[in-house]
Amino acid sequence: MSGNPEPLSPRAKLAVTAGKAAAAVSRAAGKGSGSVIGGRVALKLDPDLLARLAGHLDVVLVSATNGKTTTTRLIAEALRASGPVVSNALGANMPAGITSALAGGSDSRYGVIEVDEKYLAGVARDVTPKAIALLNLSRDQLDRAAETRMLAEHWREGLSGTEAVVIANADDPLVAWAASSCPTVVWVAAGQEWKDDAWSCPSCGGVLQRPGDDWYCGDCGFRRPPPTWALHGDYVLSPDGVAWPIQLQLPGRANKANAAMSAAVGAVFGVPPKIALERMYSVQAVAGRYDVVTYLDRQLRLLLAKNPAGWLETFSLIDGPPAPVLLSVNARGADGTDTSWLWDVDYTRLAGHPIFVLGDRRLDLAVRLEVAGLEFRVCDDLDQAVRAAPPGRVEVIANYTAFQDLRRRIGN
Amino acid sequence: MNETSLRLVWIYPDLLSTYGDQGNALVVERRARQRRIPVTRIDVRSDQPIPTSGDIYLIGGGEDRPQRLAAERLRRDGGLNRAVANGAIVFSVCAGYQILGTEFINDLGRPEPGLGILDVKSVRNDGDRHVGDVLADMDERLGLPPLTGFENHQGNTLIGPSARPLARVRIGNGNGTGDGTEGAYCDTVFGTYMHGPVMARNPLLADMLLKLALDVHALPRVDEQWYEALRAERIAHATQAAAARS
Repeated sequence: MSGNPEPLSPRAKLAVTAGKAAAAVSRAAGKGSGSVIGGRVALKLDPDLLARLAGHLDVVLVSATNGKTTTTRLIAEALRASGPVVSNALGANMPAGITSALAGGSDSRYGVIEVDEKYLAGVARDVTPKAIALLNLSRDQLDRAAETRMLAEHWREGLSGTEAVVIANADDPLVAWAASSCPTVVWVAAGQEWKDDAWSCPSCGGVLQRPGDDWYCGDCGFRRPPPTWALHGDYVLSPDGVAWPIQLQLPGRANKANAAMSAAVGAVFGVPPKIALERMYSVQAVAGRYDVVTYLDRQLRLLLAKNPAGWLETFSLIDGPPAPVLLSVNARGADGTDTSWLWDVDYTRLAGHPIFVLGDRRLDLAVRLEVAGLEFRVCDDLDQAVRAAPPGRVEVIANYTAFQDLRRRIGN
Repeated sequence: MNETSLRLVWIYPDLLSTYGDQGNALVVERRARQRRIPVTRIDVRSDQPIPTSGDIYLIGGGEDRPQRLAAERLRRDGGLNRAVANGAIVFSVCAGYQILGTEFINDLGRPEPGLGILDVKSVRNDGDRHVGDVLADMDERLGLPPLTGFENHQGNTLIGPSARPLARVRIGNGNGTGDGTEGAYCDTVFGTYMHGPVMARNPLLADMLLKLALDVHALPRVDEQWYEALRAERIAHATQAAAARS
C-alpha cells in the first residue's frame, strides 16, 4: 500500500533540519523532549510539511477523549507485523507534535498518529489517512474545550468526505453520529461505561432509549449501527464470527476495548487478529501510565484519569479493598481550571479502600469525599501519603498535571 | 414539607448536568441526612413529567442546545410553574438560571422564552466568555457569608424590578451586566452563575434551602471542617489572582 518515499523539497529538508535543531536546543535546556517546539519551528518554515512528511506513509489517525495514546501504541504494535511504523508515541498530539514525530519516519511504511479531538478534521485533511479510529467522546476540560456535541459535529463535518476507512465505536452515540456521515465505516461494539454525555440524541435532541447494550432515539429513529466487530468479555469477535482471546499486560475493560478497536484497524491493513493481538501483549506501560514502580519501598501503580469517563473506567480496574488508593487532582491549564467535574464521578465506588488525597485541589476532593460519606486522609505530599498507606500495592490515580508531578517526584 | 420525607427534585440530569451539577443535589441530600431529615431524591429525565409536589427543585447548567431543549420541554410540561405557584423552592444554576427568567438567547441565536418564574432576562455577551473564580458578597437580607464559585458562561443577565441580586461581586463577573450583580432571587426562587458546584463551596446555601423547606430558623450544626478549608483556599486564591491582575 505504500510507495517509495517522495524526496523532500529543499525547503522541506531545511524545515526538518531546523525543527531537529530546535528540539535539540529544547532538550539541552531541560525543557522536555523538544518534540513540540521542533515541530512548531518546522511547520513555520514549511506549512505543508505535515502533508509532505506523510506522503509516503499509510497513515492511521486515532482520536478520542480517552484511550488515544494507549490505542495508538496498540495499533502501532499490531502494524509492525507488516512493516516499520512511525508514531507520536509520547502523546504530543497537535499538529506541531505530529510533524515532529513524522519527521523521524522517512524509512517507515506506516504512520500511526494520535490526534487531539479538536485537530482531527484538519489533520485528516492534511495527511490523507488510510484509516481513522474513533473511540469515544465525553466531557473534558469544559472551561476551555469545545462542548462535547460540538466536537462530534466538527468530526462529522470534517470527515464526511474522507476516503479513509473509519473504525468507530458503535456503543458511543456521539461517535456513531460523527462517523455515520463517512462513506466507509467499520463498526466495533467496544462498549462505553460512561453514558452521561449521550442521553440526548446527537441528531435531533430527542431522549435516547438505552435498553441493555442497545441505544436508539425514539423521536428520529437514529440508532446503534450494527457492529461487525465486538468486544465480548475477554474476547474480540471478528466479522467471521471467531472469538479471539485478548491478553494484555495493560489492565481494565477500557484497554480491552482499545485492543478490540486496534484489532479491527489491523485487519484493514491485512494483519490477522491473532497476530495483532499477540503483538499487543508486549505493551506494558504507555507514557508512564499503568506503570508499577517502587517508591519508598512500596509498590505503586500509576493510573491516569483526566475526566469523569476516565475515572469511571479506572475505578473498575483497581484492586479491590483493602488496597490503598491515593488520589491526586490539580486544576492547572492543561487539566482545565474548573473542578466541578469531580462531582460527576461516583466516588462511592471507593468505599472500603483506605483513601489518601493530595494535589493542588485536594480540598475540593476532600469535600467531594466527605459528601460521599467516605473516610479519607488529606496529605501534603506523595511521601506523606505513601508512608501513611497501609500494606499492599498502592493504586495511584491522578489527573493530567498531577500525574506528571507524581512521575517527576518518583523519578519515573 | 411533605409529611414523611423532604422531596428533592433534580430537573433534567440528561440535559442540564454538564458541570458537576449533581453535586448540589448531593450536598443538600447529605446535609439533610446529617440532621436526620429524611430525603427522597427524585431525578426527572426530560421525557418525564415534573412532579408538582416537590419541596426543593434543583436545575443545573448545560450546553446551549440542551438548554433550548430543556426550556421547550419545561414550558410544555408546566409542572415547575405549578410547583412554584404552590410555594416550592427552586435553586438554579447558569443555563438553568437563564431558563427560569423571561427570555434568553438560544443556540440558534434567537430569543427563547423562559418559564418566567424569576424576573430576569438574559442576553448574549459579545465579548469574551466569563470564565474563572468569583468572590461576591451575598445580599444582606440573606445573612450568609461571602459567595465563592467558578463561572463559565457567555450570557449576561439583567434583573427586573421584582427580583433582587443574590450577591454583589468583588471579583469576577457574575451577571456580566457591569452593575456588579451576581445571580438573582425572589421569594423562594434562586438563580446563580456559580459552579463549583455552588453548594459544595457555599454549604450554608444548602442549609438555607432546607430551612425554607422545613420552615425553621436554625438547623443542628454539622462538621464544616472541609467546607471551611476549601472556602478559605478558594477565597484566598481568587483574591491573590485578582491582586496579581491589577
